[in-house]
Amino acid sequence: MSNRFNAIVVGETLPERAFTASNVSLFLYNAAIWNAHRIHYDAPYTTEVEKHPAVVIDGPLQGDWMSQSVLNWLGDDGVLVKFQYTNRRASYLGETLRTIARVTAKDDNAKTVTVELGVQNEAGDVIAPGSALVRFSS
Amino acid sequence: MSLVSNEARTWIGRSQPPIHIEVTRRDIQKYSVATEQRQRKFLDGDEAPPMFLFGLLRPVLPLDNLGRDGIAQDEFLPDFPLKRIMAGGTEMTYHRPLCPGDKLIATKVLADIQEKNGSSGPLIFVSYDLTVETENGEVVVEERSTRIIR
Repeated sequence: MSNRFNAIVVGETLPERAFTASNVSLFLYNAAIWNAHRIHYDAPYTTEVEKHPAVVIDGPLQGDWMSQSVLNWLGDDGVLVKFQYTNRRASYLGETLRTIARVTAKDDNAKTVTVELGVQNEAGDVIAPGSALVRFSS
Repeated sequence: MSLVSNEARTWIGRSQPPIHIEVTRRDIQKYSVATEQRQRKFLDGDEAPPMFLFGLLRPVLPLDNLGRDGIAQDEFLPDFPLKRIMAGGTEMTYHRPLCPGDKLIATKVLADIQEKNGSSGPLIFVSYDLTVETENGEVVVEERSTRIIR
């Protein structure tokens, strides 16, 4: 496992992953987190009353997708210590979002790696930036 | 003139009544399916994905407490002259993962109120410190989150 840590290079990118939320997946997500805000499942209400172009993809769901990009890369070789993110812009049902991630720092003594994270829309804009600190097992 | 009244400032340091939560395998499984997790330990519910905590802390209130928009009226905010509330950032520190059977106590403190001048006008930043610990006082997760009022 220490070989895994040693091989990590600052600047390397992690695998990207595309997510396309559906009405069904958004319904299940909001049921799971117990969120009844209608902009996540009621299209007429969302466009007519709250004036969004379409049903809104939850911000924290994008945060979860971002966390998965680093967790799936890390596997069983370590643990997530810190995770932070901000939702800067909304995204809507029908859009495909992509998680991006890149190693930005490495601490050989603490065996930690800092990963810069982001959720990108189809235009290539980062609509939710974030970062994670992971500690590799010795 | 300040947008934050002396009364609003007295909220700094106030805490919400602690929330008692229990982690179950089935709740983890539902969350993991809905968020398209790929790791077996999450899909099987042996361990909770880090962001699972977000849903776990959301209040379960009677239907009468939900507005027409479906939002639960559970704001932990003083009264400000600005009214539009937006989510700011959130930063979590994990001491260990959540697992089925965990019985946890979550306490949220209103940590700070700051006024700033944004490009589109004045903003108020309200930050909260959340601590999630076991009944024995072992801290499991800490979170600093911010709401922006404009």
